[in-house]
Amino acid sequence: MGNQIRAIAVPLLATAAGLLVGMIFILISGADPGEAYEALLNAVAGEPRMVGETLVATIPLIFTGLAISLAFRCGLFNIGVEGQYLLAQVAAAWAGFALTMPEWLNPTIAGLIHPAIAMFFGMVAGGLWATISGVLKAYRGVHEVINSIMLNYVGLFLSTWLLQQSFLKGTGSSGASTPFVKPTAALTQGLIESSNLHAGLWVALGAAVLVWFFLFKTPYGYEIRAVGLSPGAAEYAGISVPRNIILAMGLSGALAGLAGSVQTLGILGKFYEPMGFVGYGFEGIAVALVGRNHPAGVVLAALLFGALGRGGPAMQAATGLPKEVIWIVQGTVIFFVAAEGLWNFLRSQRMKGEAKA
Amino acid sequence: MTILVVLLTSTLRAATPLLLGALGGIFSERSGVVNIALEGIILSGAWAAVYFSFTTGSAWLGMVGALVVGSLVALLHAVASIRFKANQVVSGVAINLLMSGFTGFTYANWTEVKWDNVPKLPDFFSLNILVYGAIIITAISWFVLYKTSWGLRLRAVGEHPLAADTVGVNVAAMRYWGVLLSGVLAGLAGAYLSIGQLSRFTLGMSSGRGFIALAAMIFGRWNPWGAFWACLLFGAADALGTLFQIAGVKVPSQILSMAPYLLTMLALAGVVGRSTPPAASGTPYEKGH
Repeated sequence: MGNQIRAIAVPLLATAAGLLVGMIFILISGADPGEAYEALLNAVAGEPRMVGETLVATIPLIFTGLAISLAFRCGLFNIGVEGQYLLAQVAAAWAGFALTMPEWLNPTIAGLIHPAIAMFFGMVAGGLWATISGVLKAYRGVHEVINSIMLNYVGLFLSTWLLQQSFLKGTGSSGASTPFVKPTAALTQGLIESSNLHAGLWVALGAAVLVWFFLFKTPYGYEIRAVGLSPGAAEYAGISVPRNIILAMGLSGALAGLAGSVQTLGILGKFYEPMGFVGYGFEGIAVALVGRNHPAGVVLAALLFGALGRGGPAMQAATGLPKEVIWIVQGTVIFFVAAEGLWNFLRSQRMKGEAKA
Repeated sequence: MTILVVLLTSTLRAATPLLLGALGGIFSERSGVVNIALEGIILSGAWAAVYFSFTTGSAWLGMVGALVVGSLVALLHAVASIRFKANQVVSGVAINLLMSGFTGFTYANWTEVKWDNVPKLPDFFSLNILVYGAIIITAISWFVLYKTSWGLRLRAVGEHPLAADTVGVNVAAMRYWGVLLSGVLAGLAGAYLSIGQLSRFTLGMSSGRGFIALAAMIFGRWNPWGAFWACLLFGAADALGTLFQIAGVKVPSQILSMAPYLLTMLALAGVVGRSTPPAASGTPYEKGH
């Protein structure tokens, strides 16, 4: 029980530390922290519409947080989410505008099948991209961190290049984006009145449940966790380490792909030329860490970071402070959560020392 | 003939920040600490160089400022990784995020500071002084790493810290030095970007160079001269893009941009020879283990 309390306490403390550091920066810059944080709270939950927008910000973070936490469970660090996300968006956008649902199909059903197909394409794209890192790690021992960072950039340039190709242009688009996805492909919008909240929320929550079930209730998930806890012991028990590495990375990439697909189908409607990385992948690392790599924790942490993300522009509007102050808060939270391993370690070392004496 | 000269100078210009960053990475990883934070340190160095150059009116003091700030940021990483044995990759990622936030925050908010048109470092024969500096530092790094006992101890700590500890080498101290040096060099790389090549700071100025520097370090097998050639290669890919544009050759710019990253992956995968990092790189050292 003590362990569980500590598991929740540490992320909370880290968040508090992050907010504190943010407050210090706000004070140094001569603004009023009370005003700033009030603007933050208003933007998050001031009215139902705001709650909707906060949830909109949360959705991609749930996916990327799940993606990274799943990889972490296998002892892998999937930093390649940014690249997987972009390529999945290309795939989903294409499936969204290039495919047409047959006429005879009931429109409601078509409205369910088309997004599903598009999301499937996105998952495949993201999953394949991540599998590259997985295979290289499993069979060549290459560290997946460097590889996936490299693939991020390759993915970024590849998606930009793909946008120039004719099959993605469709008729009448300027080349800086794909055509809009067909109405049948779009995810239902406006779940909360006059907000952008879309059906991707259900997909995200469903994904969280599925990941939980997969990790903790199936033998495949068990094997992945075993490899993550001790590759040597797992191998000794007959579990194939390479296969699970590839599986974990592939699934992780598929989840990252879902993040991109859902954003395209639910909010964006098309794939725009990327100006750089979107950042959900990097934020996902924070979400996974704070959520302790557990799907339930990830959902809560995603909510936290989604809210913080809403807070940035709101703070900026209210106090004139740049939105980057939120990045300082987030970076601090990650730093403290990462460093929390040390408190446990130091405490256990001290206890060991006392036991010996 | 002039085309070759243009190509050479463009290559050197593009390679310099990568080289300084890669050298920093070498010192850190050779001592056993993975330093993903290079990207953030380079950014902070670029920021500090402009800030101090503006406030003091001297580009040289700006450069010193970049060195100091770079080592301070690296100190954060060092303390987290060495003293607190945090996951070094996570610490690095966190620092990158923090530096993005900090530099972006101050750039927009500290309105008394002019981030443009600040004093810059001088050029010799159309190449910035830091370009020559980087090459000199490469030679010095090679000498220090391979021809001094300090360098030997540093490398030992990264390969087999337990053995080094047994012989009386202070593992933690050596690692602190390794990481701090990486901070100084990465800070210098940032200074080159902002007050060497240009005379201003822009948001996200490092734009992934810290990661390319890591790639060059791996491609160069954690050896200063190896990194030098790798950075020339990567710099040339950059310069070739501009050259092709001038010559009208139609290679999609994005394909060229991918080149350094694909090259690294090939090197890592052993296609271009096996690339093995220092044996103890990334593993926190606990006394007696």
